[in-house]
Amino acid sequence: MKTKLSALFLCPNFNHLVSRIMSQDIHIKKGLDIKLVGAAAREIAPATPPKNYRIQLEDFHGLTPKMLKKTGETVQSGEPLFCDKDRPEVVVVAPVSGLVQEIHRGERRRILSVDILADSEQKQVKHAVLDLHAAQADQIKSLLLVSGCWPLIKQRPYDVIAGVQTTPKAIFIAGLDTAPLAAELDFILKDQVDEVQAAVTALSKLAPVVHISAPAQGSAVFSGLKDCQLHRVSGVHPAGLVGTLINRVDPVNKGEVVWTIQAADLAIIGKVITQGIYDSSRTVAFAGANFETNQYISLKQGASLFEALKKFGLKSGSRVINGNVLTGKKSHKEGYLGFYNTTVTAIPEGNDYEFFGWNKPVTEKVSITRALTFSWLFPKKNYNLTTNTNGEHRAFVVTGHYEQVFPLDIYPMQLLKACMIKDLDEMEALGLYEVAPEDFSLTEFVCISKQPHQQIIREGLDLLQKEIG
Amino acid sequence: MSLKDKLHETKLKFQGTKMAPAFNAIHTFLYTPNETTHSGAHVRGADDLKRTMNTVILSLIPVVLFSFFNAGYQHFSAINGFPAEFNLWEHFLTWDNLVVGLTTILPLLIVSYGVGLGIEFLFAVLKGHEVEEGYLVTGILVPLIVPVDTPLWMLAIAVAFGVVIGKEVFGGTGMNILNPALTIRAFLFFAYPTWMSGDKVWVHQAVERAGTADAISGETILGYLAQGKAGEYTYSISDMFFGFIPGSVGETSTFLILLGGLFLIYSKIASWRIMVSAVIGALVMGLIFNSVVNAGWITETSKFYDLMSFPFWQHLIVGGLAFGIVFMATDPVTGAQTELGKWYYGFFIGFISVLIRVFNPAYPEGVFLAILLMNVFAPTIDHYVVRANVARRKKRATSLPNIQTAH
Repeated sequence: MKTKLSALFLCPNFNHLVSRIMSQDIHIKKGLDIKLVGAAAREIAPATPPKNYRIQLEDFHGLTPKMLKKTGETVQSGEPLFCDKDRPEVVVVAPVSGLVQEIHRGERRRILSVDILADSEQKQVKHAVLDLHAAQADQIKSLLLVSGCWPLIKQRPYDVIAGVQTTPKAIFIAGLDTAPLAAELDFILKDQVDEVQAAVTALSKLAPVVHISAPAQGSAVFSGLKDCQLHRVSGVHPAGLVGTLINRVDPVNKGEVVWTIQAADLAIIGKVITQGIYDSSRTVAFAGANFETNQYISLKQGASLFEALKKFGLKSGSRVINGNVLTGKKSHKEGYLGFYNTTVTAIPEGNDYEFFGWNKPVTEKVSITRALTFSWLFPKKNYNLTTNTNGEHRAFVVTGHYEQVFPLDIYPMQLLKACMIKDLDEMEALGLYEVAPEDFSLTEFVCISKQPHQQIIREGLDLLQKEIG
Repeated sequence: MSLKDKLHETKLKFQGTKMAPAFNAIHTFLYTPNETTHSGAHVRGADDLKRTMNTVILSLIPVVLFSFFNAGYQHFSAINGFPAEFNLWEHFLTWDNLVVGLTTILPLLIVSYGVGLGIEFLFAVLKGHEVEEGYLVTGILVPLIVPVDTPLWMLAIAVAFGVVIGKEVFGGTGMNILNPALTIRAFLFFAYPTWMSGDKVWVHQAVERAGTADAISGETILGYLAQGKAGEYTYSISDMFFGFIPGSVGETSTFLILLGGLFLIYSKIASWRIMVSAVIGALVMGLIFNSVVNAGWITETSKFYDLMSFPFWQHLIVGGLAFGIVFMATDPVTGAQTELGKWYYGFFIGFISVLIRVFNPAYPEGVFLAILLMNVFAPTIDHYVVRANVARRKKRATSLPNIQTAH
């Protein structure tokens, strides 16, 4: 028996089999599901498309815009609005046809945002449709560039819009979103399976392999995809972050590049490929405790949120967030949908004092400790968390907490400290190439010292890119 | 106008002034601030540093209460002799005992917090940063690890030294290399050795009674062993475990320290890895000494014989080992910071503590020196743990076939 077993382990095929199984099934234990009230019901509310659109430059980290349209000019839907000054072939296109109403500028005339007033009759730029099976990588690449899809592709290292000249070693797509109150990908993409498949097939020609994660319990959209390697993923957040998938499947080494694309954006790319049309319509979840009703609605990139927020009964004293509560950007009741967002969250602002808030027992907040905090007793309870920081900024003191919610093979605190002291060698050695700020959103959530983890990582990435490029 | 609004207005008044950190420290003690997130995650966990420190203090409260009574119990027992049949309510939890404890230990607590927090406030105002909560725990630890009759002026000097040299010069809470409470203890030990060791300092007024008819020794068990008087103490195992023995103010009751430790592990505030590995380290070293004795390498004439033949597991219930392991070794700032490193760090604390106990002729207590020593080595341990991760990453980069480089 003993010899048989050892022979089994020595057998190369057996080891190969084990590694295959292990690489395809990923279970995340280290993490935290922050359960919040106000998940969007699986219903799409009817709505007339808004008139006002705004493309916000804060969405495109590292891109220096060069305007291609002036105030007062008209644009068609899918026509370039501006390009990246350093690589003019990367363009951002208008989500609707209409009038370029205003270009907002900040200090030193830096462009902040571009407003478009939509026409009542929409005109659409149409590209030649590709024959997917015959198409070469170059043809696909130039279609993605000219159609305005390129900004949807991001790269690691640095978590910026992908370099045009690079060939990635792999493309990674997360087919589940485990962030709190995030839009359900299976629901918002349910009618666009063909587009998603077309996009995956096209992308598979740009890289040796496309890795896609799908929920272990199965997914109508992702489980049947071809031309890619599927990974069944289960467990707690950040199981659905693409950084987790990369780290488990094929981490980024120095000198390597991988691309990441949000699953929801595959529908846009797919429509460009199959129909030649850039259509950024997406089903957006309106989630969070500060809406009267939580439903989905169809909106285009940059659409004014004003009507939708009113429709869903936004309460006063709300924080409106473009995205989820962990990684989203702060917006307001007259804000606009972000370029990459499929979720809009509204939670109560927490700008109030709490008497002896630091020592009394807590049942209404989430914690990974049991320091008179009792969320561990109610694993299924949904919480109504506010934006209060629950304490002040302090030096790093406690150790071992980040590791409980950080499944990557990286030392989170050591990497954060390397970024803070701007030690490039350490940043590189400890794995900064592999991560994006969002990978540090949970460590930021549990941080007792209330350190701004995502900002620290972002600044570290920017520095590393500037110095090493 | 409510207190909340009044304080809010005062806060705005102080904003930007030099005294703002001092006011904020008191304000945030009463009310968690109205601060909201502005970047990154929009919601945050319930815990802050105050809550964390508060949890450690909660775990120490039984120890503090016990120390009040034990101070009196040891004092009166030194005068009248230990009761023949011990009764907890008749002999221990009495008013007389409590009064002795309150009059001796409360002043230590007040001086410790007064001087320590005073310096913290001063540095916060001078350097313009908020008052960090690190001293909340240090302040309660310090009175618990000194002899009961430590003169207040000595304590004040030691606290000032520990906070300024041990912590503030490194940049304050979170930046220090040595555990501040142990730095204070070490300062006392090396600056005033006659006060901090010997056989008379562990019981209230034992020094004054020396040479009189009342002179009953208040020697600690380790003291007996170090002097080769193993047969002379009358404390039972249960006395040692429950803590009815002389010693530093709060270190005697292994039972309550164990309860505190379990609470810290349950609340996930302190590292169970450090505690478990330190216990293992102490047991291993104790076993080594026991087997050296059993092998006959050491004879009864050796001055180390009594300490080396002391049953290995009893090391855990005498002296400051348990207190050190639970409340000092687990200090996250000065301990190892990686989960793997914590195993090595804890193990060596236990191991070296017992080693020093046996071989240190001057003062048979090793735990505070062992922890300080390992404080110094903790960054080195972490360094090697982290380098293993770095090496893995480098190896991965060079061993992969067909690397597609980005150009």
